[in-house]
Amino acid sequence: MPSAESPKLSRRTWITTTSGVIAAGLVKTQADAIQLIAQEAPTDPTKVPGRLVSEVGSRAPSEQPKRLIRAPALSSSSRTPLADLMGTITPADLHFERHHAGIPDIRFEDHELLVHGMVERPMVFRMSELMRYPQVSRIRFLECSGNGGGVYNRERMPTEVTVQALDGLLSTSEWTGVAVSTILREVGVRPGASWVLAEGGDSAVMSRSVPLEKVMKDSILAYGQNGERIRPEQGYPLRLFNPGYEGNTSVKWLRRIEVTDQPTHTRDETSKYTDPLGDGTVRQFSLVMDAKSVITFPSYPYVLPDKGWWEIRGLAWSGRGRITRVEVSTDGGRNWSDAALEGPILDKSTVRFRHLFDWNGRDTVILSRATDETGYVQPTVEQLWEARGTRTSYHQNHQRAWKIARTGEVTFGLGDLL
Amino acid sequence: MSQPSNRGADVAKLYVASLVVVTFMVACADMSETSSGGQVSSAEIAMPGTALGLPANAPDRFDFGVEASEQRVAMWDIDVRPDGVGLPEGSGSVQEGRDIYNIHCIACHGLTGTEGPNDRLVDSEQWGDVPTTRTVGNYWPYATTLYDYIRKAMPQLTPGILTADEVYAVIAYVLWMNEIVPEDAVMDSETLPAVVMPARDKFVMDDRVGGAGIVR
Ligand code: HEC
Repeated sequence: MPSAESPKLSRRTWITTTSGVIAAGLVKTQADAIQLIAQEAPTDPTKVPGRLVSEVGSRAPSEQPKRLIRAPALSSSSRTPLADLMGTITPADLHFERHHAGIPDIRFEDHELLVHGMVERPMVFRMSELMRYPQVSRIRFLECSGNGGGVYNRERMPTEVTVQALDGLLSTSEWTGVAVSTILREVGVRPGASWVLAEGGDSAVMSRSVPLEKVMKDSILAYGQNGERIRPEQGYPLRLFNPGYEGNTSVKWLRRIEVTDQPTHTRDETSKYTDPLGDGTVRQFSLVMDAKSVITFPSYPYVLPDKGWWEIRGLAWSGRGRITRVEVSTDGGRNWSDAALEGPILDKSTVRFRHLFDWNGRDTVILSRATDETGYVQPTVEQLWEARGTRTSYHQNHQRAWKIARTGEVTFGLGDLL
Repeated sequence: MSQPSNRGADVAKLYVASLVVVTFMVACADMSETSSGGQVSSAEIAMPGTALGLPANAPDRFDFGVEASEQRVAMWDIDVRPDGVGLPEGSGSVQEGRDIYNIHCIACHGLTGTEGPNDRLVDSEQWGDVPTTRTVGNYWPYATTLYDYIRKAMPQLTPGILTADEVYAVIAYVLWMNEIVPEDAVMDSETLPAVVMPARDKFVMDDRVGGAGIVR
């Protein structure tokens, strides 16, 4: 890359001046010469030498997907640009963020994990020691249970909302680390234990209680994400990862696990992440993310330029296992057909679905609904209102809809169905 | 990518594949996406692995970490449970708490705990079917959570700055503003877990399950 001071030479200038520069001894290597080439794409790339190899790659200049930031605050979030992505894996630098006290800077060599409580041998592990244990990798989604909260209120159903703003608190990665069960086997869990408290090393000391049965089953102490060390925003150097559970329980910057016989009832499992049901009760420890799907294309603010064949594309996932079926409706929910699912269909991971659609150019509403291996079908918003009342703020996994106007304009369309 | 005309066949194939996978799932442990014999690890094939994803030749213990001393555990074991376990020595009154609050909390939570700009801490009005606010006074099920949270995370820009006495005192003040304790209340490791929060009995365990036709 040319430095800020380097002259922006056009290719023509480069061609006419290079020989002189080389003669003057300013450009000693081919690399130096190509450093001087300006960034703009040439009219004919077959007539100009390309750029050299580099230590770290970068996206094409015109491809710059970005996270959507809620607010520049310590307790805030940023959302994954779902409409810009393909397949199921989220590039690590676009994985959604939710922090309660900013992103701490932690040195790998300094970080330690304390495991204690109802165990035979309380132990402290350095990162290098954790990495020596047998290593597992799993492709799994992570979703904040507050995802989709903007489309639950009948009175305030938005129309001009992107899928990123709506459901961008969802990402999928290959997570690598050591099974929690491997470490708990090492310290020896005492009889009577039933929960663990996971605690982070950020300045919120984020804490969540997780059932012991869950972490023994499939939770990971993750230090890797999509092939590289986990990123600071995702918990570097170590996070708990609870597959299929609401994102907040996968405590980042993990520094302590205490094995207990009861939940701790921390602030983020009492004041927050609980669901008032409208009948005078509050649902607590609603940890599993129910099956859900969302159409990512076409979605607001895309405008279909033409009628004819279009492929509707989206993502489906379930915290209870594998997705077995995704159906798509192109007539506002009257008729449904099975969408094609792109394999492999993994446990507690996203799957890409697609459905070919011959749009006749008239107004319509498109929807998707997912079914998981338990037989659970993604409900309508009316079904959720019926079951939970209208005032919960988490776990809103109801069917989403997009309205396609005859102009080709796509807007959020759930309001049209209510 | 298959052609549109093949879509039905593709879906059928995928259904069969997923059924096979489901069968394997039932048959083996969840960490079983790893094969045991050093072969290709593939979720599609779902090779049965040994329990917990551990290789068959794993020793009973690896012993890579070091044993944690009691002092080491005490240094980091800072959570507080509803039964009071974890509460430190010390105490603080509503009167003392007023000063602490006005110095350390007022800027973000407001003079009476209702003005913000950050989370509202006070609402003594109770609710029937559904809350309009979710504050310490009308929503928090346990008073001990205040100790756990404030010691760890508040004040937000200088967490950990308060002494044990000061945390007890500011909790007493917040509870008093919510009309949960009287003006002469003193909080300590005995009195704090004894506070009965108005919303405690409203909290119920998650009863959602998977399955066809069930929406909870
Ligand atoms: C710099 C601003 C700031 C200061 C000062 C501050 N807080 Fe907070 N407080 C916050 C923010 C922001 C949150 C929400 C954090 C989040 O959601 O993760 C919060 C949350 C809380 C909550 C949880 C509210 C709920 O219902 O979930 C309590 C309790 C609390 N603060 C108490 C205090 C006390 C007591 C003090 C003084 C010792 C204090 N805060 C000082 C910013 C502040």
